[in-house]
Amino acid sequence: MNTACGLLGKKLGMTQVFEADGSKTPVTAIEVGPCTVVQKRTMEKDGYVALQLGYLDKKEHRVNRPEMGHFKKANVAPKQHLREFRVTKEVADTYEVGQEINIDLFSSGDVIDIKGTSKGKGYAGVVKTYGFRGGRSTHGVHEAYRHGGSLGMCQTPGRVLKGHKMAGHHSHKTVTLQGMKIVRMFAGDNILFVKGTVPGSRNSLVQIRPAIKG
Amino acid sequence: MSGTVKKLYEIEQEQLRINPLPDFQTGDTVGVHYKIREGEKERIQLFEGVCIQRHNGGLRSTFTVRKVSNGIGVERVFPLHSPRIDKLEIKARGKVRQARLQYLRERSGKSARIRERGKA
Repeated sequence: MNTACGLLGKKLGMTQVFEADGSKTPVTAIEVGPCTVVQKRTMEKDGYVALQLGYLDKKEHRVNRPEMGHFKKANVAPKQHLREFRVTKEVADTYEVGQEINIDLFSSGDVIDIKGTSKGKGYAGVVKTYGFRGGRSTHGVHEAYRHGGSLGMCQTPGRVLKGHKMAGHHSHKTVTLQGMKIVRMFAGDNILFVKGTVPGSRNSLVQIRPAIKG
Repeated sequence: MSGTVKKLYEIEQEQLRINPLPDFQTGDTVGVHYKIREGEKERIQLFEGVCIQRHNGGLRSTFTVRKVSNGIGVERVFPLHSPRIDKLEIKARGKVRQARLQYLRERSGKSARIRERGKA
């Protein structure tokens, strides 16, 4: 399990950067932090250790009373997003409730893991979801152009095997990308450039942590 | 422009080329001096042809140059702000009616000519 403290951010969109040798690198711009520690989960009280981070301020009249109480307790301004990061006790001890964590947690060249929600594709068929080939469009084939074909065998086993790929809801899932590289960092603007693509649409929430693997 | 997009736009602006290329349009015949790295050595290659397409996208702008080399049509897409473009010369200004000259691909010889702009 990844036990380092991370940060919350917002995907801004994609662009490209030119390297020193003139080659282009496709990058995703992410606005990261600053985040505030709103609560600390402890072994004694909650059974696990985590830091609850808040990201982006929320107008006070949009906050309901139970939520307001939660923020009041920590003595921080109401936040739009709250997410927990499971950490070790040693890491949790280095942060205080109300403390602000900003982009300085990372530096250019770092390898990070990014978690986000992929763009939903709705109810999609097997051709779109799994890359099935579908059927022929000509030679007498009708009404089977984008079908998946047979679901299985005959009387033995007499059922469809578990896990068979069928049509259904596609994407809009939590996706974690490991080993993403920070290409550039603009600390003043709280913006990171990460090589490659990141799940989600523009302005969607992403969670960033130091990489769990190398 | 919303706040977040504006920030990204400003970061892109910083990367634009310092000395802009001369103003050229589709239909113009241009010579692109492109830096090519071969191992350790760097040399400059000239690619000369008709600009058949321009794609405007800030830092991500590109243009396509078409030439006919030994009877074979060759098209190359250059990033407008690439530091590898050393220099761009405009050899002739062409008068065309389309923004994208894809019709040139099907033509050769006389019908592939482009009238010169600024002449009677």
